Amino acid sequence: MTNSPDMKISLCGLELDNPIIPASGTFGYGHEFAELYDINVLGSFSFKGTTFEPRFGNATPRIAECPEGMLNSIGLQNPGVHAVINEELPKLEKCFRKKVIANVGGFSVDEYAKTSELLNACDQVGMIEVNISCPNVHNGGMSFGTDPAAAAEVTRAVKAVTTKPVVMKLSPNAADIAAIAKACEDAGADGISLINTLLGMRIDLKTRRPILANKMGGYSGRAVFPVAVRMVYQVYEAVKIPIIGMGGISSAADVIEMMLAGAAAVQVGAANLVDPFACPKIIKELPGVMRNYGINKLTDIIGGAHNG
Amino acid sequence: MLSQNIFTITENEKIADKTFRMELSGDASAIVRPGQFVNIKLNGFFLRRPISVCDCTGSGLTLIYKTVGAGTEYMSTLHAGEKLDLLVGLGNGFDTSLSGDSPLLIAGGGGVPPMINLTKRLISEGRRVQCVIGFNTANEVYCERELRKLGAEVIVTTADGSYGVKGFVTDAVRGLAYSFFYTCGPLPMYKAIRSVVSSAGQYSFEERMGCGFGACMGCSIKTRQGAKRICKDGPVFNSEDIIWEELEK
Repeated sequence: MTNSPDMKISLCGLELDNPIIPASGTFGYGHEFAELYDINVLGSFSFKGTTFEPRFGNATPRIAECPEGMLNSIGLQNPGVHAVINEELPKLEKCFRKKVIANVGGFSVDEYAKTSELLNACDQVGMIEVNISCPNVHNGGMSFGTDPAAAAEVTRAVKAVTTKPVVMKLSPNAADIAAIAKACEDAGADGISLINTLLGMRIDLKTRRPILANKMGGYSGRAVFPVAVRMVYQVYEAVKIPIIGMGGISSAADVIEMMLAGAAAVQVGAANLVDPFACPKIIKELPGVMRNYGINKLTDIIGGAHNG
Repeated sequence: MLSQNIFTITENEKIADKTFRMELSGDASAIVRPGQFVNIKLNGFFLRRPISVCDCTGSGLTLIYKTVGAGTEYMSTLHAGEKLDLLVGLGNGFDTSLSGDSPLLIAGGGGVPPMINLTKRLISEGRRVQCVIGFNTANEVYCERELRKLGAEVIVTTADGSYGVKGFVTDAVRGLAYSFFYTCGPLPMYKAIRSVVSSAGQYSFEERMGCGFGACMGCSIKTRQGAKRICKDGPVFNSEDIIWEELEK
């Protein structure tokens, strides 16, 4: 072996071969991508946001294009936690030998806990990512992620029923994201992931109506990258627990920038939808880009942009 | 099975009002059924553009597309020699094993292109193919000659009567005898077809898509078989699986 740069990272006690994690909602339960490439090249992946009951989600259209990005208003479509455990995870076991991140959505504190408790019993699940930031459902999701007390309550409820690391996924639509992150940390969270999508709208000039049936949707894609870097930077200053940075990452250089802001690992979202091979390309490209910037060990640069 | 390939444009010309035909050379072997689509990366646009396959050979494909927005407008300005990144082999496509001896193909406006490849396949399987293709007006008409050349019997309708039969496709479908139907066109056309067809059939749906290969759940549809993704489980669905009341909403 030549001394190729070290991409290994440690995330809340989980050892990952590299920091690249496809983001929830852009990777299904892994099967579509496993048909295209060996998904074991990934650090891990965060599966489709799962709720207790099955959900169809919002009416279509659910997708609208934006400059350097897109809006989605899927509304947490998923088959429900029982189908995920009984059907999706056994299928995944055949093509993915690493630990998966279980993304959990909910409409009440109790639902988050019930779903997390069931997933806690699954060996394949290495970590639970609690989505308190979905902008596309009412009376749930984002309402827990924009209020520090509510975010802390969900964190405590999930921590109480699981032995696995719990990462709270935060919304950029909060007034003070650092305060939310701190509230989650104080309530026992093992990590923070951010950012979920930014609430947006597009209007069709011909029909003069919003393009999305749900009117509003979450903005993701390259355009949101600077917002995500800024928020990861702010949260890094506020908490000591590891941060999974995401929002518009589409290249190895973006990965390094996000880690310099404070991320211990990164998630890649919308890029997977435009290029299904985005993640393996980034992983392949990363050692060369690390060399270009004189980085031998990726963990050395986490939070490197913060002085002192 | 989906593959990502670079294609070279060999031709891109206007064939009717707001309608262009693009010929591309490249590896199209992932396309196995008529009614499948490709998803095209265009410079300056974040999302790919899903376009149905009109015709294909192993080494190239033909797309006929309407300029309906900024993406397809941009596509229409591309020249021979330029290269495009395509995801090919997307969607389930039409199932020709259901056709019976004399299938009827019904298409409206932008839904006509996949009927070329479908006709070709059905004729090669020894079927008698009838096509009803509908447009608003004479200068929008395309593909009539191509369909006839492949051996189909073709009826063209125009809403204003400026070419062929005056009226909608449904006016021509009434009175025809056929074993099965395949249709591609806008939703209002489907709602009208539903009340005049006399056999089972397959409908090809379109929707705004994120990825085009089943990952984002952007284009879901409720069917009698549960929630399906138009891009991956469709775009073609059997008439008996469609929940029309859901589409009325």
